[in-house]
Amino acid sequence: MGCTAERLALALRAAAAVIAVHRDELVELDRAIGDADHGENMHRGFTAVVAKLVGGGFDTPGAVLKVTATTLISTVGGASGPLYGTAFLRASTALGDTSEVDGPGAAAALRGALDGVVARGKAEVGDKTMVDALAPAVEAAKAAAEAGGDVAAVLAVAAEAGERGAESTVPLVARKGRASYLGERSAGHLDPGARSTALLLRALADEAGAS
Amino acid sequence: MKKIINNPSTVVDEALRGLAAAHADLLRVHTEPTYVVRADAPRPGRVAVVSGGGSGHEPLHTGFVGRGMLDAACPGAVFTSPTPDQVQAAIRAVDGGAGVVLVVKNYTGDVLNFETAAELAAAEGIEVRTVVVDDDVAVKDSTYTAGRRGVGGTVLLEKIVGAAAERGADLATCEELARRVVAGVRSFGMALTSCTVPHVGEPSFSLTEDEMELGVGIHGEPGRSRIALEPADGIVRRLLDGVVEDLPFTESDRVLLFTNGMGGTPTIELYVAHGIAERLLAERGIRVERRLVGPYITSLEMQGMSITLLRLDDELTELWDAPVHTPALRWGV
Ligand SMILES: Nc1ncnc2c1ncn2[C@@H]1O[C@H](COP(=O)(O)OP(=O)(O)O)[C@@H](O)[C@H]1O
Ligand SMILES: [Mg+2]
Repeated sequence: MGCTAERLALALRAAAAVIAVHRDELVELDRAIGDADHGENMHRGFTAVVAKLVGGGFDTPGAVLKVTATTLISTVGGASGPLYGTAFLRASTALGDTSEVDGPGAAAALRGALDGVVARGKAEVGDKTMVDALAPAVEAAKAAAEAGGDVAAVLAVAAEAGERGAESTVPLVARKGRASYLGERSAGHLDPGARSTALLLRALADEAGAS
Repeated sequence: MKKIINNPSTVVDEALRGLAAAHADLLRVHTEPTYVVRADAPRPGRVAVVSGGGSGHEPLHTGFVGRGMLDAACPGAVFTSPTPDQVQAAIRAVDGGAGVVLVVKNYTGDVLNFETAAELAAAEGIEVRTVVVDDDVAVKDSTYTAGRRGVGGTVLLEKIVGAAAERGADLATCEELARRVVAGVRSFGMALTSCTVPHVGEPSFSLTEDEMELGVGIHGEPGRSRIALEPADGIVRRLLDGVVEDLPFTESDRVLLFTNGMGGTPTIELYVAHGIAERLLAERGIRVERRLVGPYITSLEMQGMSITLLRLDDELTELWDAPVHTPALRWGV
């Protein structure tokens, strides 16, 4: 059983609700090593995404991801706006006009998302960014898809790997983004973008993976 | 949090409404998407200069829209870069057929959002040149950071390039001037107190009565180091040494000295600091030929200051002196 456009739209609305719940937490994380706006940026962006999705009428999961991407690009701002926007855009491209996302499709969409973030932001694993959450999620998704996992299985392992990846940013010294200005003082803090990536992956796994 | 606001989520829009009402002779405020544009835009055959960035640094950038400076400015949410659609719409609104210079402060968010906008504008056939300002000596420029931040030098660059565009300089000339300013400008800042971002409601960091933050940026991000508070002489010496030794500025250099307030520092203290800076530069044999004193690139209500030095030549000096008429800078008109 794959994930339809309708289910994906529901999953993104659930993701928006998760971001709303964690808005203050993301602000706090960004206050420690950034400029205290990540939660506000993400909340503004996903609130706008929900407004775009409520009407429904999307033919394909790719179309849902595309409108999510363009909405995030025009509402989030900051570093995370173009990065998440590009991620959703590339994920949309990876899905093409398929009507139901299966396990390999989900893995390919995540791969596209990671490639998009890296193309724009040039970060590598270990730089203390959202890439530290997304890259292991992509690896885990690929392995699960190759083992024959369906969309639920693939997203579940991706979410788990994303959470572990986000945690791995705590001891790191930031080399990209605003936190890099702090040098050694950035160590000992969870990266806000990695945390939001883990939250999004978990929300998508719980909803898009459900059937 | 005590602020003269109604609601954190409407503070930028309400401030822009006030700006529009106060300076209807100079500029217009466009909404959805939000940008501020010169009242007489577009100017056919002239290069247009566009900048933007997070709000909370006023008068930067919206207060510099007008004759002889910016053609448009794109304000984002407080401390958050604007989005590409804002920048793209501003570019379209000011394009007079001679090309557009984008002035971008070096922050990942600003760079990425302006880059996306520049790609969109180029796809529409508008010639766009992007200049990234990175003058903050507090940040090491290495592969281990996002590079130096754009701070006080941005104000000077916008004035100089805006003056050139006003005179009819072509796109290549405007771009070369902008790069010359970037190459010859350095800044260093400090804070006595934090600022409070409206939608956060609490100070971004905390300093005790006997501490100061050295190498602070303009977004309430913590600085390079936290040290014991010193008298003005010591503070200004630290800032100036950092700036002078970085480029380095050397004996008989001609410079513009910009003593900037971070928003919460009273003018009387800025003049104390400025006087010390002039004396210290004289001791080094560096010739201050132009100066600017005041809060021009701020960090909400943060108490603190920064010092910017720009190496001058005859052309840059003449462009600095050229007439300007904007909400925040006005002379020669
Ligand atoms: N070059 C980059 N590549 C990937 N992710 C990045 C990069 N720069 C910053 N980020 C991510 O963006 C997050 C910050 O987002 P946000 O606070 O919304 O924007 P800003 O840093 O402009 O205030 C960081 O926690 C980090 O995960
Ligand atoms: Mg931030």
